[in-house]
Amino acid sequence: MSDPKTMFEKVWAAHEVLPQTADTPAVIFIDLHLTHEVTSPQAFAMLKSRGLKVRRPDLTLATMDHATPTRTEQVFGGAPISIESAAKQIRQLEVNCAEFGVELLGLQDSRRGIVHIIGPELGVTQPGKTIVCGDSHTSTHGAFGALAFGIGTTEVGHVMATQCLLQKKPKTFAIEVSGRLRPGVTPKDLILAIIGTVGVSGGTGYVFEYRGEAIRAMDMEQRMTICNMSIEAGARAGMIAPDEITFAYLKDKPRSPKAAAWDEAVAYWRTLATDEGATFDKTIEIDAASLEPMITYGTNPGMVVPISGRIPDRRGDAVFDAAMTYMGLTPGAPITAAPVNVVFIGSCTNGRLGDLQAAARVLKGQRVAPGVHMLVVPGSQEVKREAEQLGLHEIFKQAGAEWRESGCSMCLGMNGDTVAKGEYAVSTSNRNFEGRQGIGARTLLASPETAAASAIRGRVTDPREFII
Amino acid sequence: MDPITVIRSRTVVMPSTNIDTDQIVPARFLTTTTKEGLGKQLFADWRYDAAGQPKPDFILNRPEAVGCRVLVAGRNIGCGSSREHAPWALVDFGFQAVISAEIADIFRNNSLKNGLLPIIVDDETHAWLLANPGVEVEIDLVHASLKLPNDRSVSFPIDGFARHCLTHGVDELGYLLSQDAKIKAYESRRHA
Ligand code: SF4
Repeated sequence: MSDPKTMFEKVWAAHEVLPQTADTPAVIFIDLHLTHEVTSPQAFAMLKSRGLKVRRPDLTLATMDHATPTRTEQVFGGAPISIESAAKQIRQLEVNCAEFGVELLGLQDSRRGIVHIIGPELGVTQPGKTIVCGDSHTSTHGAFGALAFGIGTTEVGHVMATQCLLQKKPKTFAIEVSGRLRPGVTPKDLILAIIGTVGVSGGTGYVFEYRGEAIRAMDMEQRMTICNMSIEAGARAGMIAPDEITFAYLKDKPRSPKAAAWDEAVAYWRTLATDEGATFDKTIEIDAASLEPMITYGTNPGMVVPISGRIPDRRGDAVFDAAMTYMGLTPGAPITAAPVNVVFIGSCTNGRLGDLQAAARVLKGQRVAPGVHMLVVPGSQEVKREAEQLGLHEIFKQAGAEWRESGCSMCLGMNGDTVAKGEYAVSTSNRNFEGRQGIGARTLLASPETAAASAIRGRVTDPREFII
Repeated sequence: MDPITVIRSRTVVMPSTNIDTDQIVPARFLTTTTKEGLGKQLFADWRYDAAGQPKPDFILNRPEAVGCRVLVAGRNIGCGSSREHAPWALVDFGFQAVISAEIADIFRNNSLKNGLLPIIVDDETHAWLLANPGVEVEIDLVHASLKLPNDRSVSFPIDGFARHCLTHGVDELGYLLSQDAKIKAYESRRHA
């Protein structure tokens, strides 16, 4: 028997076209390239200018999500897209995909959605694959035991032209999560706690592997929430070993393997988990049972506190002081004193059906507080259909929230959905950077449950006041 | 790309820690379909007031920043979004190198591909550079060394292949394309 290997090492080794040498990085083959309107135009332009083709259109899939409007009239009703440059970018993707023979799930396609939500939904995200996209939250797909990471636009061009990337082998980092999350505490709270522990650059140069009882107990949507935010701790990728839960999720998805190919695939997928005795370059341990709902108070995702806690007082620390000035919050104050003007439920972190169900459980029969603007944006058109079949949209609308078409929406201020200057948004997205949700917007990242509870009260609220 | 061997410049210092790519280029400017012209939007929300006028106190608007090609930044610059618009904007503005004690992975990769040198230095050198804005430095890419005033110099890590490409003006895609036979061989043995 050969040396015990980590899951990352197995997937990496299976994709080496050329191994790394002292003088050259490895050439790694990419099994799936996802692309979208924002980070692809310059790559297509490069192909055109050099007379190159997309080498493997069969391994390339495009959709539109970032700059795409979420208002029904702009998506389906023929109303012009309000941001002209966004409309142009969307058209450019249509033209590029047609010219290069790339499949596009376009604006009105029933399978469209946030790129990291539709890959798993379609079943193209599979264990053991290498998956890239010009988007840092590509780490999401690692929940299936894929090696998935974000790349820049130059690299998007490299993959289009050669289906390969030049890569230096990253190091491995095990995140062992023992115990079980308590009621009202969600995977979002866990990943925020992990980022708070590791720090926003603690994962730089590493691939995470999330392990342990709490992770094994999660369904696929929850595992995706975890892997999604790996990049917020600096790690390009985060992986979770595939298991029966993974296989059950993928079985019968539109593009997952069928019949004999399925059995063969599952047999291979079963070999991927990290071997007993394999070593990681770094390890940390977290006790899931010790956690509470978590929420950010500052301007990076590592500035996070338990919901019953207080904003720390680190006056004199430049990062902290700048964050407090920007956020307009008081050091040492309870975080539940923070006001709320906007609540956003959606994004590739928390825009899946389970997230909407969780928010609906809190909101059922309740009203959003006067003056609070709440937006619920499903992560894909498929999520939207499923939610509507369950009547979730009615719960949201009756509570006073808006219900939209799918897209990145308020996660980043480039598609018309923004938070106004100075306003406080409790958001289920993944980044609370200055201006991320709009110029001067103040973002507090939390779970769908916390976001919904905060919408009802009009201030930051512990969701356990509503769910027991 | 033109070969890069030596960069000599005064430094501009932005000491903030965790300068993320949403600050370097805010998302609302990402609807562009070209690379050019993003220098105008570099650090837009820090650089301009609500009326779009330059804020006189912001470092890049100050006279001493004119002509500087080297940005010294706080730890972990380039974290967050993978947008290559960040190095495009820095290059378009005129920067040729970014120095910090820690540089986020994707930004570092993207920078190398655009002739923007990501230079990682030890904590002590970093602290000294942060405390001494405007000093003249020389980055010698061939020898991977950063020369500071008073004949001090420190080495910095840089991937050998990236250095080869940058110093010879070789394009990485050209290298990948030249591996076509190997890629074909992989494709034919690849399962599924
Ligand atoms: S939802 Fe937000 S984080 Fe996710 S892909 Fe869209 S913009 Fe990026």
